[in-house]
Amino acid sequence: MVNERLFNLLILAILIGVPAWAYVSDEPFIITLMTRAVVFALAAVGLNIALGLGGLVSLGHAVFFGIGGYAMGILAFHAQTFTPVTEWPFVIEGTKSMPVIWLVAVVMSSLAALVIGMLSLRTAGVYFIMITLAFGQMFFFFTISWSTYGGEDGLSVYVRNGFPGLNTLDPIQYFGICLIILMTALTFNLFLAKSPFGLALNAARQTPQRVETVGLNSTRLKLVAFVISGAITGLAGALFADLNRFVSPTMFSWQLSGEIIIFVIIGGVGRLFGPVVGALVFVALEHLLGGLSDYWHIYLGFLLLGIVLFGKGGLIGMICGREKVDA
Amino acid sequence: MLEPILRTHGLTKSFGALKATDDVSIDLLPGEIHAVIGPNGAGKSTLIAQICGTIKPSAGRVEFLGKDVTSISARQRSLTGLGRTFQISALAMEDTVLQNTVLGALGATGNPWRFVRPALKHSELRSVAESALERVGLEDVMHTRTDELSHGQRRQLEVAVALTLDPRAFVMDEPMAGLGSEGSIRLTGFLDELRNEAPILLVEHDMDAVFALADRISVLVYGKVIATGSIEEIRKNADVQEAYLGDES
Repeated sequence: MVNERLFNLLILAILIGVPAWAYVSDEPFIITLMTRAVVFALAAVGLNIALGLGGLVSLGHAVFFGIGGYAMGILAFHAQTFTPVTEWPFVIEGTKSMPVIWLVAVVMSSLAALVIGMLSLRTAGVYFIMITLAFGQMFFFFTISWSTYGGEDGLSVYVRNGFPGLNTLDPIQYFGICLIILMTALTFNLFLAKSPFGLALNAARQTPQRVETVGLNSTRLKLVAFVISGAITGLAGALFADLNRFVSPTMFSWQLSGEIIIFVIIGGVGRLFGPVVGALVFVALEHLLGGLSDYWHIYLGFLLLGIVLFGKGGLIGMICGREKVDA
Repeated sequence: MLEPILRTHGLTKSFGALKATDDVSIDLLPGEIHAVIGPNGAGKSTLIAQICGTIKPSAGRVEFLGKDVTSISARQRSLTGLGRTFQISALAMEDTVLQNTVLGALGATGNPWRFVRPALKHSELRSVAESALERVGLEDVMHTRTDELSHGQRRQLEVAVALTLDPRAFVMDEPMAGLGSEGSIRLTGFLDELRNEAPILLVEHDMDAVFALADRISVLVYGKVIATGSIEEIRKNADVQEAYLGDES
């Protein structure tokens, strides 16, 4: 069994080393691929807070990913057409500034998570999965019919949004932005998991009865976790849209919700670097096997089957064993 | 005459035609251990669940510290000082013994909205937790995962978590179950002292412990209390002998 910290450092070395190598040997495509993995990882870090700590199997996290994406799409669309987003009750202009877009993405996806969470957390188990899926479908079909912003065809943004002092069109610089955000989210996740809130949330997943008996509100703990989770996945959505300079209703699709869950399961549910490992493996398979066949998902299926059947705790669980206890 | 800390009035719970508890009126006085005994299926667990608020009674009332708590939730009853231990351990099995106890201490503060400093680094939480563990004798295994504990140690941990809440009354569902004789003797001695801090409503199968500890005993048969009294009174009671102690005497 490999020490988990050591393994995490290895993953971090891959995250930094591969793009560095690609930059030196002038392979921008590899950098873009790594950026895709980092953004997916960020979306899955968000889900891992709800799923790993709170035990909430959300099959609707694409909602937040999509909201983040559309936050970028709509703001940038209005900026490039020089039209205001709205003129009532006061004028809101579009923007091409990443920090503003990120803020809007986080706020909007938190609000959506708050509403969806309040309704969904009245249920548990398979009903929770179904109701989150239902919300995902509602958003999916809403954006398909939302002709102002391209409907089914989605929205293209011609120039990547800007970040003060950086050239975001340079692949390595945009990768750097995404990686720093991912590392920040992971650091936050690390603190959160060990904090009093994390302890209570973790217990609410395992034994809600106990949490209530010590006088804490397990539903409210899970709701807060769901909101934090949605906010992080929403931020990932904004970064994903900027990576592709394109948003479309597929960002809201249930397949995407499923993929975010798959990242977490492949890497290891509740493990800090689980989402990162899962997203890296997914993007690697997509790239390597996608060339062989359009139906490469069948191999992903085999991998997932193997991990669920034989590996408790995903790839990290198989490589590093059970999580070390806190002292 | 002492005012009871905890009192039930005609608690009844029907599941269809079956009455799991039927007009149960018992009370718990300051400083006492009141044992509730009865054969399997007598309704002891249903009674506890109604007292603690996880099952809504079909009829009757629960009074705690002089207030009617029948309509408030289990969580709110805990907050007013009702400490419960479970028959089937409701512990976070993936967490350590210390983490489970710190959870209790955290619940007692009422503020879980702390997101930065590690829970185990909060010295006020940790000291409450550690002293509770010392009192039940689990300080040596505090960094062990709960699913690696013996059954008996889990019962001790249940009691430790209840202690962190500094309750006004304890409701304990078979704390002795699964303890070896040594553990049982140790816990008996501990509960004997604990009654001076807060009275204990004790549901227990271990008759040695009941006879060693109880100030009063209530006997529950088919959901009804057929007798309440001191150990001697219960031993002599003909109904009880027939219904419950029959085989032994």
